[in-house]
Amino acid sequence: MSASLEEASAAVADAARSPDPMRTTPCRVRRVLRETADTFTLVLEPPGGSLGFAPGQFDMLYAFGAGEVPISISGDPGVPEVLVHTIRAVGSVTRMMQRLRPGDRVGVRGPFGTSWPVDLAHGHDVVVIAGGIGLAPLRPALLHLLAHRGLYGRLVLLYGARTPKDILFPRDLREWRGRFDVAVEVTVDRASPDWQGAVGVVTRLVDRAPFDPGSTLGLVCGPEVMIRFAVAALERRGVPSSEIHVSLERNMKCAVGLCGHCQMGPVFVCRDGPVFPYERVRPFFGLREV
Amino acid sequence: MTTGSTGGDGLLLEVAGLEALLAALRRHGYGLVGPRVRDGAVVYDTLGSVADLPAGWTDEQEAGRYRLVRRNDAALFGFGLGPHSWKRFLFPPSTVLWHARRADGGFEVVAETPPAAPLALVGVRPCELAALAVQDRVLLGGPWADPDYRARREALFVVAVHCTRPGATCFCASLGTGPRAPSGFDLALTEIPRPDGPAFLLETGTAAGEALAAEVPCRPASDAERREAESAVAAAAGAMGRALDPQAARGALGTAWESPRWEAVARRCLACGNCTLVCPTCFCSTVEDTSDLAGETAARTRRWDTCFGVGFSYVHGGSVRTSVAARYRQWITHKLATWHEQFGTCGCVGCGRCITWCPAGIDITEEARAVAGRSAGRGAS
Ligand SMILES: Cc1cc2nc3c(=O)[nH]c(=O)nc-3n(C[C@H](O)[C@H](O)[C@H](O)COP(=O)(O)OP(=O)(O)OC[C@H]3O[C@@H](n4cnc5c(N)ncnc54)[C@H](O)[C@@H]3O)c2cc1C
Ligand code: SF4
Ligand code: SF4
Ligand code: FES
Repeated sequence: MSASLEEASAAVADAARSPDPMRTTPCRVRRVLRETADTFTLVLEPPGGSLGFAPGQFDMLYAFGAGEVPISISGDPGVPEVLVHTIRAVGSVTRMMQRLRPGDRVGVRGPFGTSWPVDLAHGHDVVVIAGGIGLAPLRPALLHLLAHRGLYGRLVLLYGARTPKDILFPRDLREWRGRFDVAVEVTVDRASPDWQGAVGVVTRLVDRAPFDPGSTLGLVCGPEVMIRFAVAALERRGVPSSEIHVSLERNMKCAVGLCGHCQMGPVFVCRDGPVFPYERVRPFFGLREV
Repeated sequence: MTTGSTGGDGLLLEVAGLEALLAALRRHGYGLVGPRVRDGAVVYDTLGSVADLPAGWTDEQEAGRYRLVRRNDAALFGFGLGPHSWKRFLFPPSTVLWHARRADGGFEVVAETPPAAPLALVGVRPCELAALAVQDRVLLGGPWADPDYRARREALFVVAVHCTRPGATCFCASLGTGPRAPSGFDLALTEIPRPDGPAFLLETGTAAGEALAAEVPCRPASDAERREAESAVAAAAGAMGRALDPQAARGALGTAWESPRWEAVARRCLACGNCTLVCPTCFCSTVEDTSDLAGETAARTRRWDTCFGVGFSYVHGGSVRTSVAARYRQWITHKLATWHEQFGTCGCVGCGRCITWCPAGIDITEEARAVAGRSAGRGAS
């Protein structure tokens, strides 16, 4: 079943290789879900059904006349009939998207990029570390892991948000917490009076999380500094860096390796990433302004 | 003089023959572009006839300096490269990618791919052919190809001119991209200057080139004429004002992220982006989305972009490369080092334009050498 993920992403890549990779396809907005004050989820209906996607891949979403931005797919890979994206409104295009209502249209190009190598973790533990909106591209991986729970060892999700009000996907988190086969730890940078959970950076949760460092796959997404500290924490616990995968963010205009914007050293983040084996990007992580 | 020939290398074309060649191209439906003098420089623009070529013009170039001067003969290709590259015809500075209009509750997208009109490039230097090959790898060789570039590329006819007049900022010989082009052209000319107007050695590179040559009045070249053309090109190889060791540069730049040289060059660099604008291989682009005031129609336009712009690497919260040092480092490292990993070739063809057209006179060969020298001194770590 999960081997089909690789096939899916290959088929997806073929489909994306349509004659014009820059041409966007209007998709109807089925639902808009408010996640937090500044974050919302768009549930889109791709015309002619779905292309399918692999967890960790992203789409280029276009708001009519306003612009186009890279947004990860946050939906369930087991439900390919809808395309789900969770977006934080931070600037001109994402704020425009915040005003979308059911029935409106959004242009979609994709899916693009590499995916979380969940198949590598069969029989091993998986530690997922997310910061802020970084949980969105990891959600499909989590849903996939849980849907194929028997294939994996222990599952751990460590998630950090700015404040309790910024916690994404509370419905999912509640459900996962209710399961006995996944350890979920949430921390916030700044607590509110009613917050009873952990306070502090997410990387601190790594030290006492239940996993076997010698047999663990680490998946990390969030702000670049957080990634750096998370990787360091995993390595301190003894997880080999070859088993750690990270998802990166760069300015993107084309998503297909043609515009040059997303370069980091020799890699094109859009095409060679956004998910990388940490080893591949390690040389550039400690450097400034690469 | 016979009309046409049995192909092969080494036909001799007089100026009248060149005129006939242009006419034949036009007869076959090609638009013509080639070098012309405009606003004090040799630029590439629409050609009507041989009379439009820069007869008797040459130039003086140095870092940050370009000046047209008169030759003492009527050579048509006796100049060094100007600020334009052929990139503008294959990958235009601005291209509308598509239009969109509101339609029943949503919008529909109308692709903007007019069939590319056949175009003949007249007077393409070997380094520029090498640049075309680099752009082919970048824009056609990856998992996704650029359809606009492909359409234009497939409708292209190339008349190359082997280089007999390199400039002081040129260094193609050291990169192996000139002064003679082994392939990549339909037809190639070597200019042989004569007091009474130049003659040209004509070679064919493709079947299309052969067919066209057969329509043009020319005769087999004599051995002496062939030798004369060869030695003019050979002399050009020794007349380049600059040199760059691509392997040394690649090795050094790939590991020089923290060289102190970046701060030094940043004190001179204006981050104007001239170097990327004139470079025949720079391919970075951005897109602009626009709509009319009523919000009924929208369009996406692709434009050349430059990695020297501070917004180039913008992500929410700030740019990745804010300092000029980081931006210059990105440009030269990409050209000479990371390009190899990305596309299996050097990103520089040694045309020298970025040196000539830099208002601060910054020299890619000098910067590469300086970084290599330092990192060698520091153990190239
Ligand atoms: C692979 C990838 C996946 C992403 N997934 C998500 C996601 O799931 N949810 C989410 O909320 N955000 C995601 N982002 C970030 C999102 O793309 C930016 O927040 C968005 O581009 C901001 O656009 P804006 O016009 O609203 O902001 P402005 O600040 O007005 O930005 C102007 C322009 O700068 C560029 N830009 C700004 N910030 C970024 C950025 N962080 N990354 C890339 N380009 C940027 C865009 O071209 C944008 O149009 C992702 C980014 C990448 C590269
Ligand atoms: S980097 Fe400079 S010398 Fe090299 S191809 Fe570009 S413009 Fe020419
Ligand atoms: S190197 Fe020269 S041409 Fe290029 S951006 Fe700097 S000042 Fe401008
Ligand atoms: S986004 Fe254009 S090359 Fe990666």
